[in-house]
Amino acid sequence: MDMQTLYLLVPLAPLAGAILAGLFGKQIGRAGAHTVTILGVAIALFASIAIFQDVQAGNTFNGTVYTWMEAGGLKFEVGFMIDKLTVMMMLVVTFVSLMVHIYTIGYMQDDPGYQRFFSYISLFTFSMLMLVMSNNFLQLFFGWEAVGLVSYLLIGFWYTKPTAIYANLKAFLVNRVGDFGFLLGIGLIAAYAGTMNYTEVFEKRMELAALTEVVTGWPLITAICILLFIGAMGKSAQVPLHIWLPDSMEGPTPISALIHAATMVTAGIFMVTRMSPLFELSDTALAFILVIGATTALFMGFLGLIQNDIKRVVAYSTLSQLGYMTVALGVSAYSVAVFHLMTHAFFKALLFLGAGSVIIGCHHNQDIRYMGGLWKRMPITWITSLLGSLALIGFPLLSGFYSKDSIIEAVHFANHSGSLPGWVGSYAYFAVLAGVFVTAFYSFRMYFLVFHGEERYDQNPDAHHDDHAHDDHAHDAHGHNDHGHHDGPHESPWVVWVPLVLLAIPSVAIGYIAIEPMLFGDWFGSAILIDSAKHPAMHDLGEIFHGAGAMALHGLQTAPFWLAMAGVGLSWFFYLKAPHIPAAIKKACAPIYTLLDNKYYFDRFNEVVVMAGSRALGKGLWKAGDQTVIDGLMVNGSARAVGALAMLTRLFQTGQLYLYAFAMIFGVFALLTYVYWVWLRHFV
Amino acid sequence: MNSSLLSLAIWTPIVGAFIVLLTGDDRNARIARPLALISAIVGFLVTIPLYTGFDHSAAGMQFVEQYAWIKRFYINYHLGVDGISVLFVLLNSFITIFVVVAAWEVIETKVAQYMAAFLMMSGLINGIFSSLDGVLFYVFFEASLIPMYIIIGIWGGPNRVYAAIKFFLYTLLGSLLMLIALIYLFLSSGSFSILDWHQLKIGMGPQIYLFLAFLIAFAVKVPMWPVHTWLPDAHVEAPTGGSVVLAAIALKLGAYGFLRFSLPIAPDASQYFAPMMITLSLIAVVYIGFVALVQQDMKKLVAYSSISHMGFVTLGFFMIDGQGMGSALGIEGALVQMISHGFVSGAMFLCIGVMYDRLHSRQIADYGGVVNTMPKFAAFFLLFAMANSGLPATSGFVGEFMVILGAVKYNFWIGFFAATTLIVGAAYTLWMYKRVVFGEIVNPHVAELTDINCREFAILGVLAIAVLAMGLYPYPFTDVMHASVDNLLKHVAVSKL
Repeated sequence: MDMQTLYLLVPLAPLAGAILAGLFGKQIGRAGAHTVTILGVAIALFASIAIFQDVQAGNTFNGTVYTWMEAGGLKFEVGFMIDKLTVMMMLVVTFVSLMVHIYTIGYMQDDPGYQRFFSYISLFTFSMLMLVMSNNFLQLFFGWEAVGLVSYLLIGFWYTKPTAIYANLKAFLVNRVGDFGFLLGIGLIAAYAGTMNYTEVFEKRMELAALTEVVTGWPLITAICILLFIGAMGKSAQVPLHIWLPDSMEGPTPISALIHAATMVTAGIFMVTRMSPLFELSDTALAFILVIGATTALFMGFLGLIQNDIKRVVAYSTLSQLGYMTVALGVSAYSVAVFHLMTHAFFKALLFLGAGSVIIGCHHNQDIRYMGGLWKRMPITWITSLLGSLALIGFPLLSGFYSKDSIIEAVHFANHSGSLPGWVGSYAYFAVLAGVFVTAFYSFRMYFLVFHGEERYDQNPDAHHDDHAHDDHAHDAHGHNDHGHHDGPHESPWVVWVPLVLLAIPSVAIGYIAIEPMLFGDWFGSAILIDSAKHPAMHDLGEIFHGAGAMALHGLQTAPFWLAMAGVGLSWFFYLKAPHIPAAIKKACAPIYTLLDNKYYFDRFNEVVVMAGSRALGKGLWKAGDQTVIDGLMVNGSARAVGALAMLTRLFQTGQLYLYAFAMIFGVFALLTYVYWVWLRHFV
Repeated sequence: MNSSLLSLAIWTPIVGAFIVLLTGDDRNARIARPLALISAIVGFLVTIPLYTGFDHSAAGMQFVEQYAWIKRFYINYHLGVDGISVLFVLLNSFITIFVVVAAWEVIETKVAQYMAAFLMMSGLINGIFSSLDGVLFYVFFEASLIPMYIIIGIWGGPNRVYAAIKFFLYTLLGSLLMLIALIYLFLSSGSFSILDWHQLKIGMGPQIYLFLAFLIAFAVKVPMWPVHTWLPDAHVEAPTGGSVVLAAIALKLGAYGFLRFSLPIAPDASQYFAPMMITLSLIAVVYIGFVALVQQDMKKLVAYSSISHMGFVTLGFFMIDGQGMGSALGIEGALVQMISHGFVSGAMFLCIGVMYDRLHSRQIADYGGVVNTMPKFAAFFLLFAMANSGLPATSGFVGEFMVILGAVKYNFWIGFFAATTLIVGAAYTLWMYKRVVFGEIVNPHVAELTDINCREFAILGVLAIAVLAMGLYPYPFTDVMHASVDNLLKHVAVSKL
C-alpha cells in the first residue's frame, strides 16, 4: 500500500465506522456497532504507526486530496501535511480514542443510545484527525468546527437531561465565540497572503510581518496571531472562554476523557504550534498568550480545590494544565507545549477513565466526600489512578514531571533572558510555580478522599435520592443496580480496567523516553520554527539538559518538586489526619470560598449580562423597531394614510342624485361666474 | 442559434398546471397529485441539460432564444442564461418537486388548484431567471406574484388575508418604479434588450434614479432591512409549500435583479450607493439576528433567519473593489449562499411543516422532547439546523465563509460584523432546536407524535444529501459561475459616464 492511501485511511476508517454505526445501528446491533467502530479506529492507529515509521525514516508529505472550490483567485483545498508534529498528534488521538472505544463497551453497556455513542466518538476521531492532518486553513477550520459539533452531540448525549442540553448549547456557543476570532484571523491571512495553504503562508511570513492592516492600522501579524489565538482560547478553554469545559462533564464519562481532556481541547495548542512561524513574529501576541495561559494555569487550579464532584476536580485540573501548555507557547517553547500535550493526554485520559471506573464502582455517586477506602475494593483502578495523579503533579521520572518541569524551566529562562515585556515573565513564573502546589494539593485531596481513609459511601445523605434522580439512561447504563446499594464498590469489568492499564504505561514512561528527542534532539525538525535569537528559552533549556535520568535526579532538588510534595503532604494532613481543618478554613475564609464556589462569577456574568442582554436587545429591536416603527408607523401607517384620504374623498360620492345635481348646477354657476369675471377684466 | 431548453423549462410546468387543473374538483384529487408530481419531475428533468450542456468557460448568455413578440415596440421573447442565472433555474425546478410531495396528504381541499398554482409559479419563476427582455422580465416578475397571492390567500392560516394583501401590495408597489425605469431605459436605448442596456452609456444623474428605482423593487423582494416586515407575516400565514417557495426561490428574485440590472446598468451609481447597501446588509445580518433570537413562533424565527441570511447575499454583491479578490469572493459567495439558502431554508420550513402537520402549532413553547418520539426527524432537523448555523461540510458554510473572507479583504470591520453571525446564527437556531427537540416531553401531544413516514423521509433525505454534497464539494457550483462573474466584475469596473 503506498503512503498516500495510508494517509487517507487514517481519517476515513473511523469515518466509515461512524457512518455504519450511526445510520445502520439498528441493523448491525450493539456488537456490530462497537466492532466496526473499534475496527475503524484500530486501523487508524496501525496506519498511524506505519506512517510514524515512515516519517522517522525522514519522509514527509504535503499535498492535495481534492480541490474543494476556487473563487476570487483563491484555491480552497482538502489536503494533508504529514510531518513529525502531525504524526505525533495522530498517534495520541488514535491511541487514546481506541482506549476510550474499548472502555465504552463497559461504561455504556446498557445505555439505549449505545450505537449512537459509538458513532459519535468515531466521528469525533475523524474530525480531530482531519484537523491535525490538514495542510491548509480551510480544512483546519473544518476540523475545528467539526470537533465542536461532535462535542455538542456528546455533551448533550443524554438529551432529556436539562443540565446536559444546557451545557451542550453553552459549549457550542462559547466555542463559536472563539471561532469568530479564528475565522477573522483566517480571513486576514487569505486577504493578505492570498492563499490558504500553510506552507505558502509561511513562505510569505516576512512580508506579512512588515505590513499593517489597512483599515484598522494594526500590525498585521499581531492581529492575525491574536485572532487565531482567540480561536484556540475557545477550543483549549482558556480564560475567559473556559466556561464551557466544566459544564461539559454532563456528558458520559468516556467523552470527558476523549474530548475534554485528551484531544479536542488540545486543538488550540496544536494549532499555535503548527503556526509557530507566524507566532514567532509577534512578541505582543506571545505575551498575550503567556498572560492568558498563566492566568488559566493558576486561577483554574484554585477552583479545583473546592470541587466535590470527582469529574469536576479532574476537569478543573485539565483547565489548569491547558494553561501550562499555553504558557509554554507564550515563551516560544512549542515543543514543550506539545510534549506536555502528549503526556497530559495519556495521564488525563487515565485519570478520567479512572474516575469513570470509580463512578461505576460507586453506583453513580460522583461526590468524593462519600467515597473513601476504595483502594482495597478497586485495586487496579487505585494503582492506575495513583500513577496518573503522580504523573499529573510532576513526580520525578513520571511523564508529567518531564513535561511540566520543562515548562517551568522554560518560563524561568524566558523571564531571565529579558525577552518578555515587564511584569509578564515574573507573573507567569509565579503562576506556574504556585500552580504546582495547587495541582498537587487538589489532586491528592481527591486521591485521598476517594481511595484512602474510612469508607464513607454509605454516608451520603441523599444517596438514595441521588440514585433515582440520575438520568434514566445513566441509571440503566451499568446494570449494577440489581446489586443493590449495600454491596459496596467493586472493581470494574476488564473492558474498563484494561484501557486503564494500557494508558498507565505511557503515563509513566513516555516522558523518560521522549523528552530527549522531542525537546532537544531536533526531532520536530522544520515542523516547529523558533527564532532563538529573540526567544532563547528553548536554547537555554537545552544547555542545561544532560539526559532524562540526570534531570530526574536534579528535579529532586528543585522548588517544583518540594512544592508538589508540600501539596501532597498538606492534603494528606488535611483530609486524612485532621479533617476538621478544611471545614474551619472554609468558614474562616468565607468570602474567598464564595468567590471560588461561584467560579469567579463568570457564569453569572454571562447569564445576567450576555444572555439576558441579547434577549432584551432582540426583544427591543423586534417590538420597537420592527413592530412599532417599521410596521406600525411606516407600513400600516401609510396604509392608514391612504385610508384616511379615501374617507375624505368618499364624502363626495354619496350616490344621492339631488346632491350630484346640486353640485352640477353649482359648478356650472361657478364656471360661468369665472368666465364672466375674466371677460370683464380683459375686454371691458 | 436557437435552443428551446429554456422555453421547455418555463412552459412544461405551466402546461402541466393546466392539465392538473383539468382534473377539476377534489373528487379527482387522486389523479391530480400524481399528475402534478409528473409535471414537476419532467419540469426538473428538462432543466438538467442546462447544466450538463453549459459551457463553463463562456461568460455570455447560453441557450439563447429570440423571437419578435410585439414588433412595434421592439419587444422580444428573448431568453438566455449565464453562469449567474442557470443554477437558479435548476434550483427552482428542483424545489418544485419537494413542494408537490410535501403537500401530498397534507393539502386536502382544492388539491388540483393548489398543485397547479405551484407548477405555474415554477414556470413563471424560470421565466424571470431566463428573460433577457425587459418587458418579458417584468411580465414574469409581476405574474409570479399572483399564484403566491392565491396560495397564501386560500390555503393560508387564520390571518391569511392581511398577510396576502400585505405581500401583494408591498411587492407590487416596489416593482411599479421598476417599470418606469424599464421604460426610461427603452426610451434612451430604443431597445428592450437587457443586454443592450448593459452597454448603454448613462449619466450619473439618471444612473442614480435608475439605481433607486431598481433598489426599491428588489429590496422589497430580497427583503432588505427595513422593507422586510411583509416576509414574517407571509411565512406565518402561508402553507408549508408556500413558505418553501417563498424562502427558497422568491427571495432570490430580488437578489438576482441586483446582479442583472442594478450593477451592470448603473455601475457608477452602484459604487456610489455601495456603502449604504453594505450598511443595510449588515443591519439585516446583526439586527435581524437578534430579532430572530426572541421569536416564539418557529416559522417567524426561520423567516427572520432568512432575512439575516439574505443580508449576506446583498453584502456580497456590493463589496466592489475593482476586480479584486474581495468582489469575486463576495459575489460568488453570495450566489452560493442563495443556492444553499434555497436548500436549507426550504428544508427548515419542511421540518416545521412536518411538526405542524402533526400538532397544528408552530409555537416553540408547545414542543419540547420531540426527539423522544421522532428520532429520525430529530436527526434530519439537526443537520438542517447546523447548516443554518453555517457549519462546515454543510452548504450553509460555503457562502458565508466566502462572503466573510471577501468582507475581511474589503474592510476588516465589515468582516467583523458579518462574522458575528457565527455566534448569533448558531444561538437562535440551536436555542430553538434545544427547546423544540431536546428535553423531557412536557406536552402530552408530543408524546403521541409519530416519526416521519417514507414520503417525509424521502424529501428530507434528498435535501440532506444536497446540503452535504454542496458543503463537501462546492466546486461544481462555483465553477459554473466564474466566467460570468468575472465578466460582470470587469463590466462594473468600467465607468459608464
